[in-house]
Amino acid sequence: MLTVRDLTVSYGGITALRGVELEVRRGEIVTLVGANGAGKSTLLGAISGLIKPAAGSITYRGQEVAGTKAHRLSRRGLILVPEGRRIFVNLSVKENLILGGYFRPHDAGFSQDLERVLDTFPRLAERADQPAGTLSGGERQMLALGRGLMGSPKLMMLDEPSLGLAPLMVAEVFGVIRRIHEQGVTVLLVEQNAAAALKVADRAYVLETGKVVLSGTGKELAADGRVQRAYLGMD
Amino acid sequence: MPRNPHEKFGLTALLKPGGLLSPGALPPAHQTRRRDTMLTIGACLLAALGLWLLEGHASGYVVHLTCVGAIFATLAVSYNLINGVTGQFSLEPNAFVACGAYVTALLTLSPAEKEASFILEPLIWPLSAFSIPLLPALVIAGLLTALMAFLMGFPVFRVRGDYLAIVTLGFGEVIRVVANNAQSVTNGPLGLKGIPHITNLWWSWGLLAVCLFFIVRLVHSSYGRALMAIREDETAAEAMGINAFWHKMLAFTLSAFFEGVAGGLLAHLITTISPSLFTFFLTFNLLIIIVVGGLGSTTGAVLGAFLFTYGGEWLRVVEEPMQLMGLDIPGIPGMRMVIFSLILVGVMIFLRRGILGRHDFSWRWLLASLGLGRGSKA
Repeated sequence: MLTVRDLTVSYGGITALRGVELEVRRGEIVTLVGANGAGKSTLLGAISGLIKPAAGSITYRGQEVAGTKAHRLSRRGLILVPEGRRIFVNLSVKENLILGGYFRPHDAGFSQDLERVLDTFPRLAERADQPAGTLSGGERQMLALGRGLMGSPKLMMLDEPSLGLAPLMVAEVFGVIRRIHEQGVTVLLVEQNAAAALKVADRAYVLETGKVVLSGTGKELAADGRVQRAYLGMD
Repeated sequence: MPRNPHEKFGLTALLKPGGLLSPGALPPAHQTRRRDTMLTIGACLLAALGLWLLEGHASGYVVHLTCVGAIFATLAVSYNLINGVTGQFSLEPNAFVACGAYVTALLTLSPAEKEASFILEPLIWPLSAFSIPLLPALVIAGLLTALMAFLMGFPVFRVRGDYLAIVTLGFGEVIRVVANNAQSVTNGPLGLKGIPHITNLWWSWGLLAVCLFFIVRLVHSSYGRALMAIREDETAAEAMGINAFWHKMLAFTLSAFFEGVAGGLLAHLITTISPSLFTFFLTFNLLIIIVVGGLGSTTGAVLGAFLFTYGGEWLRVVEEPMQLMGLDIPGIPGMRMVIFSLILVGVMIFLRRGILGRHDFSWRWLLASLGLGRGSKA
């Protein structure tokens, strides 16, 4: 579904990604683990079209998309739920959700999706007419996820969805990710919470200073000594 | 209606859920669209009646002020579309108003009048040879201004934030300098004189009505929602499939169109225009209007424009000689600007987001707070 080959991204003189190779197959949950500054968000930014790569290729559903603008890719079902939610705080919860499906015609499918999202997140339904800025951190993350779902994603990229959330809320977010996946959406997940991410993931990549240093199934990596020491806090 | 959670001061606190003027549960907008249209038509007729009475009974001074108020309201509403709704802090409306004013005036002035005015350098052909009525001239001026905005948009929207402000400020100055130096078109610093006094209450208020019709409809459409999304977070909006560049272009071009037309009406109200009229101060005044009214609120822009126009005149009282607590105070010229500034400071301290914040007038809000309409029972 998504193939990244030899991807290089630089900011001015600094190279953030060098020769990254990554593959996401239809129906998988793939996770990307790495420390701060490893280039995880840059990679998602480059795939989603927000950052222009310096070199390399990104193939999405059989087509080369490196350098294609973000607003075009989201129309093709490649949806990014950005780091830090980035919801529209002065617009209502409902307006946020409607904007998630901005490019779609407001037809029966659209209202169906809206209802389904509100069913999935009852808290959002309760607060539909409130400004999104009044939501708690966890609710904001739910809104960001719901807003992403409104774009009828085929591949959903989640950037640090558990960031800054209480442990109970983290568990709930991961539950939602599983449910999204069960609905047939392929998921590319970036997480600092490696333990939780490796548990849900079919496959995983470890990113260090702009390079993929390890890859394998979620289980393999969770059992790998280096991963355990560096990311899972085990000795 | 989006409400700001961080708003702690002012009217907006009254509008919050549970606040004094809180409208309570309201029926969905689509159920009341017909009723709202009827109410709007009714309000327009009422306003027309008011203007008719004003025209017949008020002094020329009040009528003139009311015309200026409507033109400034049009300018403020258009400027608010790009600055407040779309959140692109731009500083060029003086350029658009100048463009509209010059184009309209050059099209409506009679060839004889033009020949008499252009004493240093003659006006270039074919402008020197014909004149057309005001309405088509206004349309042409609006379209040309919109075209200028469209071309400007390509370099301007490559930058954001402070840089956008500086670039647009630059364009504003460029137009003024061009007006000063392109003698054979603009008559340079001498300006254009003898422009027919055509703008009356009907022209100025008619334009305001047309402008409000289009801009309010745009803001409440899904395009308007996308414009607000760009204001809130441009990157997130792009990730949502919104093409930020073209949406900004849409807002910018539409706002320029109305600013150009309003500039044309202004020229036919004050009958003399020169480059000194379109300095940065014009932009600055419009900025004050929309910030005081409430950045992002169309209602606030209209309110701000009329407060600014009438208020500036009412404050002339403080410049007259008067007796205060037994003291004889001679008239102090410029005193009203001092008072005006103090009022501005006060407004900004106590109503940080302007008089209306980001709230807009709506019939269901009005009916509900009056205790009428279906919504108030819930």
